[in-house]
Amino acid sequence: MKILIRQGRVVDPANGIDEVRDVLVDNGVVADSGRQITKDADTVIDAAGKIVIPGIIDMHVHLREPGREDKETVATGTRAALAGGVTTVLAMPNTDPAMDGVENVRRLSDIVGKTAVARVLVSGAMTLGRAGREPVAAKDLKRAGVVALTDDGSSVDDPEVMKAVLQAAKEAKLLVICHCEDRGISGRGVVNLGYMSTRLGLQGIPRQAEVKRVERDIELAGMTGCPIHIAHVSCRESVDLIWRAKEKGMRITAETAPHYFSLTEEALASDHAPHTENEKEIEFDRAEFGVVGLETELAVAITELIEKHVLGWPQVVERLCVGPARVLGYGRGHLKAGAPADIAVVDPAAAWEVTKNGFVSKSRNSAFLGRTLKGRVTHTILDGEVVFARQ
Amino acid sequence: MKTKSVWTRKDLLGLEPLTREELELLLATAESFKEVIGRTVKKVPALRGKTIVNLFYEPSTRTRVSFEIAAKRLSADVINIATESSSVRKGETLIDTGRNIEALKVDLIVVRHNCSGAAAMLARHLRASVINAGDGWHEHPTQALLDMFTLKEKLGRLEGIRVSIVGDIAHSRVARSNIWGLTKMGAHVTVCAPPLLVPPGIERMGVHVTSSIEEALDGADAINVLRMQFERDTGEAFPKQLEYFKTYGITVERLKKAKENLLVMHPGPINRGIEMASDVADGVNSVILEQVTNGIAVRMAVLFLVAQANEPEKKSEKKNGTKR
Repeated sequence: MKILIRQGRVVDPANGIDEVRDVLVDNGVVADSGRQITKDADTVIDAAGKIVIPGIIDMHVHLREPGREDKETVATGTRAALAGGVTTVLAMPNTDPAMDGVENVRRLSDIVGKTAVARVLVSGAMTLGRAGREPVAAKDLKRAGVVALTDDGSSVDDPEVMKAVLQAAKEAKLLVICHCEDRGISGRGVVNLGYMSTRLGLQGIPRQAEVKRVERDIELAGMTGCPIHIAHVSCRESVDLIWRAKEKGMRITAETAPHYFSLTEEALASDHAPHTENEKEIEFDRAEFGVVGLETELAVAITELIEKHVLGWPQVVERLCVGPARVLGYGRGHLKAGAPADIAVVDPAAAWEVTKNGFVSKSRNSAFLGRTLKGRVTHTILDGEVVFARQ
Repeated sequence: MKTKSVWTRKDLLGLEPLTREELELLLATAESFKEVIGRTVKKVPALRGKTIVNLFYEPSTRTRVSFEIAAKRLSADVINIATESSSVRKGETLIDTGRNIEALKVDLIVVRHNCSGAAAMLARHLRASVINAGDGWHEHPTQALLDMFTLKEKLGRLEGIRVSIVGDIAHSRVARSNIWGLTKMGAHVTVCAPPLLVPPGIERMGVHVTSSIEEALDGADAINVLRMQFERDTGEAFPKQLEYFKTYGITVERLKKAKENLLVMHPGPINRGIEMASDVADGVNSVILEQVTNGIAVRMAVLFLVAQANEPEKKSEKKNGTKR
């Protein structure tokens, strides 16, 4: 199966490429790319006026299976991913049961093997039942195939436990992804503390709830030498702490979600968090946290970052593809000859309205409902196959 | 001064979204209803045949009774639902409760809820009119309207007057609604509270912030003293009751330095000896009980205007009904 993507603007920052090119995909891999390729192909995609980027690697996705299949499943979540140009997702382990043991991870891997239409990397919990008390058996989980450990959704409050987790993760050569929130500070807060919380009369979450925990986790990471990744960073002070730690040579990375945009970490991740309408259409301070994002993250990045000249295309692709691949030690996210052909073709000019009925995901709890976004994926290629083509 | 404007909103959710013209219309309408409640026969047929439900998720006596009397003066039928007696405890969602009430052919729902935004959410899902009788820390529009009505009645205007709001601003829906309403009408608003009870960014709502009670009283035409809710679970983050009274309590002594005809207001119920001394609450400057009376006139105006705006358009009804 040969696919020729013709005359798109190829943005492949890992290889320093940003120019109009043809890309030939053959036998699952990128076979060739150049100004003009004259070879025959089974499928030709006319990408004139479009952007050709490596498939997006989204390292923060809640697929909800097993346990909350009413919100999302591996099948629906990965279909949603493809519609958003995402070819690899890192599944968060706060499922029911949590991914805290080999049995549960095997069960999920089995579901992934049978139903996933995009590539799914699996993360494991840091503590048993995500309760923050007992560290998981990191080496066993690694052997079962997890690529990172996280208690995402909550933070381990006990510093001794956190230290033990980091120690074990280091020995198992696993990345630890930290959800930084000191619940002693955030309390029952539901939105960032500031003018908005004042105006809406909602309990605010002081930035210190995140900052203090980022500070602690950096310190513990330094003591143990374990690489950490800070998930969904949302404020400047945290970014400063992370930068300072990096300057000291620590292996620390960070991501932010498009709904917190305007910050610039190495990774943009959607924090795709599907919830049923039942759990969202209730009083705001009783509703579940989080929004879906797989299908909108690229368009939000284009609308908010590229269109507003905050970042250029190469920098956005850097954060959607290259950064996450580097953080995860995952050999994709670029279009070098011989690389697995995970590619998204994007029409940067397409304006579309986010509507409830437009979602592939099982859930529709989007922060962008009713908004018109710019930029839409027209084709998604996974391992050299066109797995998504917008009608 | 009288602008000819029309009320088109089916709901009253807060004062933030209202224009100055709409606020003026509300206050003018309340003025005509105030005349009604002073009569010996205190009733007009304006809402005859309408059904109003008071849906209260928080304990309240004065606001609920005020709405109930207002509805009855307008000849509407009123039903009170308190959480204790409803199916809320059986896990019914707010929207389901609202839809069920609507299915009983109720025209207006007056809702009091401890979550900010609850009234707005209900309004989005219902065709019936929704009136916010207080939602969390967000807004309490009819309280602010009755405060504004009282101020206008006493001072003759709102434009240019100086009003200080004293107390727990952070957790007060009364403060927020008053700030929106008064600033839109051109009043100068100062909020005065211990720093921990001043929410961040409040000055962006157009107010001056101080933590000095002397500054708040200096030159003020009126002072609106909020109830200190020490019973609320907000931790130990503010000075204890006596300490509060010493630092912020409104006393005869403090009033000596204020304007002689300063108006002293309070949304009630008063904690005597905590935010206000008894002799101030009962003193010559106090208009607290007049506020209560004006509450009826203001709520009559709100019920009346909102109900009128939500009348099904006769034309379109006819069109659907006589389709052959």
